[in-house]
Amino acid sequence: MSTRYFGAPIPRNEDRRLLSGQALFVDDVELPGLLHAAFLRSSIAHARIRRIDVTTARKRAGVVAIYTAADLGDYWRPGPLLVPPPPIAGLMFNQRTQVPLAKDKIRHVGEPLAIVLAENRYLAEDALADIEVEVEPLPAVVDLENALSESAARVHGDVAGNIAARAHQRKGDYAAAAAKADHVIRRRFRYDRGASNPIETRGIVASWDARAGHLTVWDTTQAPVFLRNGLAGMLGLSERQVRVIAPFVGGAFGPKIMLFYPEEVVLPWVAIKLNRPVKWIEDRLEHFFATTQERGQIHDAEMALTRDGKILGVKDTFLHDTGAYDPYGLTVPINSQCTLLGPYVVPNYESSFTAVFTNKPAVTPYRGAGRQHGVFVIERLLDIAARELGIDRAEIRRRNFIPPEAFPYNNEIIYQDFAPLEYDSGNYGPVLDKALDMLGYERFVTEEQRRLRAEGRHVGVGIVCYVEGTGIGPYEGAKIQVQANGKVSLVTGIGTQGQGHYTSFAQIVADRLGVDVRDVDVVTGDTDQFYWGAGTFASRGAVVAGNAVNAAATVVREKILRLAAEHFECAEEDLVLADGAVAIAGVPGKSIRLGELALKANPMRGAVRPGTEPGLEATQYFGPPRGATANGVHAMIVELDPDTFVLTINKYVVVHDCGTVINPLILAGQVHGGVAQGIGNAFYEQLVFDDQAQLLNASLADYLLPTALDVPRVELGHTVTPSPLNPLGIKGAGEAGAIPVGPLFAQAIEDALGLPAQGVELLEIPLSPNRLWELVMKGR
Amino acid sequence: MKPAPFRYIVAHSIEEALAAKAEHGEEGRFLAGGQSLVPAMNFRLVQPAVLIDLNPISELAGIERADGVLRIGAMTRYRALERDAIVWRDLPLITHALPEIAHPQIRNRGTIGGNLANADPASELPAIVRALGGRLRARSAISERTIKAADFFVGALTTALAADEMLSAIELPVLPARSGTAFLEMSRRRGDFALAGVAAVVTLDAEEICRNARLAYCGLGDRPIHATAAAQSLIGERLSEAAFAEAARLAQDAVDPQGSVHASKGYQRHLAGVLTRRALRTATERARHGH
Ligand SMILES: Cc1cc2nc3c(=O)[nH]c(=O)nc-3n(C[C@H](O)[C@H](O)[C@H](O)COP(=O)(O)OP(=O)(O)OC[C@H]3O[C@@H](n4cnc5c(N)ncnc54)[C@H](O)[C@@H]3O)c2cc1C
Repeated sequence: MSTRYFGAPIPRNEDRRLLSGQALFVDDVELPGLLHAAFLRSSIAHARIRRIDVTTARKRAGVVAIYTAADLGDYWRPGPLLVPPPPIAGLMFNQRTQVPLAKDKIRHVGEPLAIVLAENRYLAEDALADIEVEVEPLPAVVDLENALSESAARVHGDVAGNIAARAHQRKGDYAAAAAKADHVIRRRFRYDRGASNPIETRGIVASWDARAGHLTVWDTTQAPVFLRNGLAGMLGLSERQVRVIAPFVGGAFGPKIMLFYPEEVVLPWVAIKLNRPVKWIEDRLEHFFATTQERGQIHDAEMALTRDGKILGVKDTFLHDTGAYDPYGLTVPINSQCTLLGPYVVPNYESSFTAVFTNKPAVTPYRGAGRQHGVFVIERLLDIAARELGIDRAEIRRRNFIPPEAFPYNNEIIYQDFAPLEYDSGNYGPVLDKALDMLGYERFVTEEQRRLRAEGRHVGVGIVCYVEGTGIGPYEGAKIQVQANGKVSLVTGIGTQGQGHYTSFAQIVADRLGVDVRDVDVVTGDTDQFYWGAGTFASRGAVVAGNAVNAAATVVREKILRLAAEHFECAEEDLVLADGAVAIAGVPGKSIRLGELALKANPMRGAVRPGTEPGLEATQYFGPPRGATANGVHAMIVELDPDTFVLTINKYVVVHDCGTVINPLILAGQVHGGVAQGIGNAFYEQLVFDDQAQLLNASLADYLLPTALDVPRVELGHTVTPSPLNPLGIKGAGEAGAIPVGPLFAQAIEDALGLPAQGVELLEIPLSPNRLWELVMKGR
Repeated sequence: MKPAPFRYIVAHSIEEALAAKAEHGEEGRFLAGGQSLVPAMNFRLVQPAVLIDLNPISELAGIERADGVLRIGAMTRYRALERDAIVWRDLPLITHALPEIAHPQIRNRGTIGGNLANADPASELPAIVRALGGRLRARSAISERTIKAADFFVGALTTALAADEMLSAIELPVLPARSGTAFLEMSRRRGDFALAGVAAVVTLDAEEICRNARLAYCGLGDRPIHATAAAQSLIGERLSEAAFAEAARLAQDAVDPQGSVHASKGYQRHLAGVLTRRALRTATERARHGH
């Protein structure tokens, strides 16, 4: 196979459509008779509902209908548990999932109480003010530690201590290791909440065709197939009566894999009930309350080491804020627990967590999905160890790396995909070396930093390592078909939210079939085009769907060769696929276009051999035995203004190993975007809740997304250690940019300001100029 | 995030606008650049029954200089001010500060009048107008008056304008020779409202003695704050780091930070000191050597 496209940094197929406004987004869907929905959302975090009166609101001109939980009847049901807890011995889990419209109790600000359907969104919003709501306010559960106390209010009346889950995992014997250690470090770490804030918020259009008995739903979901299956089940329809289309989606980052959001349950029901299409587009204000969030955890962690910096063991006990509901099971805290181990040999590990219900929006994975916290804890512990033991920060990491000959490396605990946490492959030393080299680490610490400090400048360096569990199962599929016009159609069940699937998947096909990459038409996220699949999450698109695409393309290639060999009456070995045609090598004129061959594969008359399948088409599935583990190093040089604590990033380097690379340009985009999000998380973004669980900064004026001016140019390097778990050797890369930025900031800022010498350590994320000032003042 | 219902009136002249305002009073709002008003309406934080659009009134926009005073029409866009040669020559403080306000797209629409009438305490321009000793022209259908900047801003988002009045123009006296100015602010991201900001003005005499000084702050109170004692401490002095430090100390006492999700009161007060020293350093440098 020639590899003209695979591995090449070609520009994206989809960009012409996106940049010229031709791409369809949910809000572009306009249908005759379309109704617009607005939701009445709770302004209070915790309360018992006494009465909701919609009589006045119903009378407003232009209002077609208003529904509350009472109107939903038997259709009102708590949502499904998306991910059951993994098989960890002794695990305790209280399943409490979100409801379509709050019925008896309100559990977070923004929880929907009623839906208004009107001729336009303006009128629908006007009517919200006419709805009378009477509630009995309850004390809000906000703080994770207070939530556990006997006297705390209960988010769910029957769940004592607000405990959503407890889990304990261990490997080896930490206590014994700590007893032998030369040095033990203990610290408390905090990580606060953030919101994903994709440029396109969530949105849904539901349309019921009463004649056909068919429901179509356009949804910004990352999991169209599961949405279809679930909706069919809830509505008493068969799956073939429901079509879910996830068209172009403007970013998702995890929260759009969550289902079923209340709006997703209610809109299709309304469309059927009123027999009119309905649209709801989440506005930015709603996004801060109505879409799931992530990242509140408190860790009490310790690390036992030898004098020369070898990790003997780690013990970590943490609280995880799961918000008002836990529909996503334990994926986030399990990821924290597993990712903490990083690229290091940790012979003894003991980790337990308690997931806690609070009166805040539910927590489900958001880019990184708990990995950030684990990386923060281990990297900070190593920084402190390095300092206390007098070892260079890069050196202590190198000393603890899992050696290349130790792969596959079994960490002996259970991962989010229920399989043991086993790293498939890796070679960590060269990644670190390359990052240090690109950063100019040696020269910086030995010369530059000294010189700049002598000039009174506050410059510092940070270096952090991480692994990223990617590409988990269960499976994805792809169907490839050569069209009569010579174009190749590729459909897959996963949705796309900016990852470049239209290009990277096309690259795989183009090389296999010898066509131009622009002649591969990709369709994703339409359940009528591809029936099966799981979704786009956990950095699995390229790994799982990509390998399915490869498998399907391989079968189509075989069919092409077989048919062409018959056609030319030659041996398959003599044939070459190139330029959209099959030709006999070295025989001019002996060539047939693929489109023509496709027609021959679907004869109109005559007899075919028994067992023959029509067309040049194949559908294949791929499911990896377990996830592929990518890894990387982020390194940066920062400068701080010691008076205002304003920070400038002078250099930012990422060296990354995600196995075989399909398209370096797309990969760079993934990493850059991730770094931007990581920077936001580390230094800008924070959801600030008051003691009544009211969000104080629910707008993009006060929730600070980093802008182009705050995100530096990222210098990117790669090493390639293919995954043995899939034929293409791919590992995922979706979260790599975002995961390790918190500890990187903490380390570099500490260094720049010389904080440890002032008795100040940065053990929390996010940081900000204000927070740095407070910590420095406290240190004085 | 859709506004509540409202009526929209296009005003073609100042008189028409004032007549409409006289009729609707508090229920009616002028629409200038819409960059504060429209977001607030979309959040339904304000729900005016009537919008009176000032945009077609060309006589409300423009910059002219007469008798040592720059007169700026209320509907003059930020961008026009930012690029104006007379402003740069006579009041470079404005030219220096404008890029700190929002982003180019917003500066293309936002107006000086809308800004000042909006009286956001974190906004740069009220502090600048205060530092420059500006006067604001207020007109109603039946009267016209001048309000000193010191009296115009009466609280957060509150001005001395009456319900039937429009801010029609801003008058800013041109500074004497050997004056230097500086505007400095700390905001989390470029274009954000200031967590703390200072507009500093110093005027030196031929012997390099400070003859006049003004220090006005944004983001550090419920309105622009003028640190009179701090400014006074500089007058009659030969300006030095010690004088700057003393002024900074006094300024920290004068400001009244309110704290926010981005900054504690303590940090804001700390910033007031840091920014004062830095701004005075720059302003003094400019007084000695020109903008
Ligand atoms: C993303 C973003 C960032 C921003 N950042 C900043 C910033 O850093 N600093 C800053 O200062 N501002 C900032 N702003 C606000 C911006 O400067 C506004 O343009 C300004 O505050 C209002 O001016 P306007 O012309 O848009 O007025 P409008 O929004 O049209 O009006 C504002 C108010 O003033 C009233 N009004 C308008 N004109 C008159 C008049 N002639 N007489 C009486 N009343 C009148 C209106 O009725 C309304 O109540 C930002 C805005 C946005 C959207």
